Amino acid sequence: MNKNVVVIGAGVAGMEAAGRLAIAGFAVSLIEKQESQGGHLNNWHQLFPDRRDGKEVSEYLRKLTQNDRIKLHTGTSIEKINHVKNIYAVTTSSGEVLNADAVVVATGFDLFKSSRKEEYGYGIYDNVITSADLEGMFQSGKIIMHDGRAPEKIGIVHCVGSRDEKVGNLYCSKLCCVTAVKQAIELREYLPASKVFCFYMDMRMGGSMYEELYREAQEKYGISFIRGKVSEASEAINNKIKIKVEDTLVGRPLKMELDLLVLMAGMEMSEGGKRIAAVAGLKTGENRFFAVADQHYGSNNSNLKGIFLAGTCVAPMNITETISHARAAVSEVIDYLNSTEKQRNG
Amino acid sequence: MDKFGFTISKGRQIDYDLNDRFIAEYIFEHEPSFRLCIECGGCSSTCSTGQFTLFSLRELHILIKRGENDKARQNIRKCMLCGKCMLVCPRGVNTRNVVLLARQAFQKENEHAV
Amino acid sequence: MKIDGKRAIWSEYQKDIEEDHYFYVRSCIRQNFFPGSEVAFLRIMRDVLKKDVYEHPCHTTCSGIGYHGDVVPVDTAMTVVARQFALMTEAGYKNYVPSCITSFGLYTEILETWHHFPEVEERVRKHLRNATGREFNIPGNLAHASDIIYKFRKEIAAKAKYTLVNKETGEPLKVVDHIGCHYSKMFPSKGVGGAEYPYVLAGMIEEWGGEVIDYPERRHCCGFGFRQYLVQANRGYSVACSREKFESMKPFKPDMILTNCPGCPMFLDRWQYVINEMEGTTYGQNGEGIPVFTYEELAGLVLGFDPWDLGLQMHQINVEPLLDKIGIEYSPEKKFSLNTDPAVSKVKHFAKAVY
Repeated sequence: MNKNVVVIGAGVAGMEAAGRLAIAGFAVSLIEKQESQGGHLNNWHQLFPDRRDGKEVSEYLRKLTQNDRIKLHTGTSIEKINHVKNIYAVTTSSGEVLNADAVVVATGFDLFKSSRKEEYGYGIYDNVITSADLEGMFQSGKIIMHDGRAPEKIGIVHCVGSRDEKVGNLYCSKLCCVTAVKQAIELREYLPASKVFCFYMDMRMGGSMYEELYREAQEKYGISFIRGKVSEASEAINNKIKIKVEDTLVGRPLKMELDLLVLMAGMEMSEGGKRIAAVAGLKTGENRFFAVADQHYGSNNSNLKGIFLAGTCVAPMNITETISHARAAVSEVIDYLNSTEKQRNG
Repeated sequence: MDKFGFTISKGRQIDYDLNDRFIAEYIFEHEPSFRLCIECGGCSSTCSTGQFTLFSLRELHILIKRGENDKARQNIRKCMLCGKCMLVCPRGVNTRNVVLLARQAFQKENEHAV
Repeated sequence: MKIDGKRAIWSEYQKDIEEDHYFYVRSCIRQNFFPGSEVAFLRIMRDVLKKDVYEHPCHTTCSGIGYHGDVVPVDTAMTVVARQFALMTEAGYKNYVPSCITSFGLYTEILETWHHFPEVEERVRKHLRNATGREFNIPGNLAHASDIIYKFRKEIAAKAKYTLVNKETGEPLKVVDHIGCHYSKMFPSKGVGGAEYPYVLAGMIEEWGGEVIDYPERRHCCGFGFRQYLVQANRGYSVACSREKFESMKPFKPDMILTNCPGCPMFLDRWQYVINEMEGTTYGQNGEGIPVFTYEELAGLVLGFDPWDLGLQMHQINVEPLLDKIGIEYSPEKKFSLNTDPAVSKVKHFAKAVY
């Protein structure tokens, strides 16, 4: 079957979808606005729950997309998507018009901008960083405070930008709890003398082997978990971060000084995704992610025939789920193209 | 002070940095399963003592971990060491030993502590 | 601390403040607590900045103190406020400027309520009509008096006689800014700089040569809290709140505290004395307290007004060490003598003429 498919976004979902579509025999244009493919995965050092190197998964995806049927357009964004009969004309920022029989949108997520939680002082206090910043530190192998010294007492704030009406995100980003646990363990490994505290609202360890990792964090790494939402952080004269939190399980406020505060930034619909929604006429849902046709059996289907959704552009997902979701999208694309082919042959 | 008709209220914050956690450290050392508590409250709900007096083993665990030792000391003698809490704990914490070790640690601190 | 991060937030929380023609309403309690402040505001606005500021003799309490003290029901508060708006309307003004932070908070709250629930506004209009026969327009612009001084901070700096610099060391004075809770905690978008990093006072301090101290308990309430203070048995809680702040700011060695609320300077000033009596603690340098100022007092000082015309003799914590640090001239003998400054008596005469 001589069909063209445009895949928008070359992160985990887009790469998986492109690779599988190519294997199925389609010509794929894989479009990525960044200069290289890989998405957020490029910035992640180790993956939960098994702590494997993120590069291994990147390598798998890179190999999968090394296929003659895939044409990768990096540094390219989408200007327009026009629908004429069964063809989508996708105009890119380089002026090229790609005619696609089907489109897979895999625009992924943006990390919540932690500076929006003004009370935590990200971008203001020297020793407040995000989970993404910490991954960068793990990659460089240097876990340091602003003054270059190693932190000894580290706090991790869960749910930054998630489950928070104040920033307009009612949903749970689902992966921050396990990321916090993984990062806490890594911190203890890098800095064996350090003490690590996780401040959580609920521990949502609902993935395969997550709870086990949590248990290990307590048992083997002595990480302390304190139930309560950090209400504010401030900078003391010694440059330490002072936090206020309620220890909700004793019902008393608690204060503590920390060397480093790490904010577990949640996941939001990407700005790129919002733009695609606008130019293509795709519907978004209450949480601003793309609206799926059916939560149970149509989570790859959009409101437009021929445009399919894959990965975290519909909801927060881990890598396992993202890859499965992308494969499911490919299966939807194949069914759709078979049916349009049949109609045409009539 | 009489002069003003009021005194300066004491804070009720747990001042983590000021507190001494030697009781917790002692228990961690001798009963590592103490770390595993997830504050579910199973122990407290099954506790015979907790049905009739203000005693919560769950709360006691946190107080010790935060170094709120005076509060823990006041409460810990209420435990009758029946061990029912151990049967229910989903994390396998040796809760009975935690109480015993806490008493020991208090004892070490002061002959007549508990 | 990264100042650029703060500047980014400050730039997000800017509000419209009108240029001229203000309908100014005084606070119930400031004239007793800091009697020179409101007079100083009028002097700065009229004599220094040549602005038109109107005061209405029939203005009453906004009832916010009773509302927050749990003795005035909200409908009563709204009707009282509606009457103030009627006075403004009758006088031909649109820009409403309260001196009090709690008034500002109450006005903001009421305007927001009416915006979202027009039927409530209609009800209040009926109340006011029944009670007084008056009608009113919603103010075109609502700004706290500290917003106005903030707006003209550069003009004030241009005419300044003194800067907030230690004349001995040449170092900027370290100034703690304390914002009244009702300024922006209820409606962050209505305050310059928002609620987490308010800029309204910080902007004045920066412009007049001082250095802003950001200390951990900067957001903590001064402890006034109406109910807490009004009942004697609760005052221990009130003073404990102030103490929390002093303990937190002490390591930064602040030279002074700047405030924009009626209650805050009162309590931050007086409680230092009480804490010293009870515990023997002082928080300033050389065993002194930390002097506390209102923004009008500070603007007045910077402009070279006589400290005693500004009412600084009414402070619990002596201001002289700070005046000496800046190099402000003053006469120690005149501290408690009656005022004869023609500029001040002019304001008095003006007030008389309106009545």
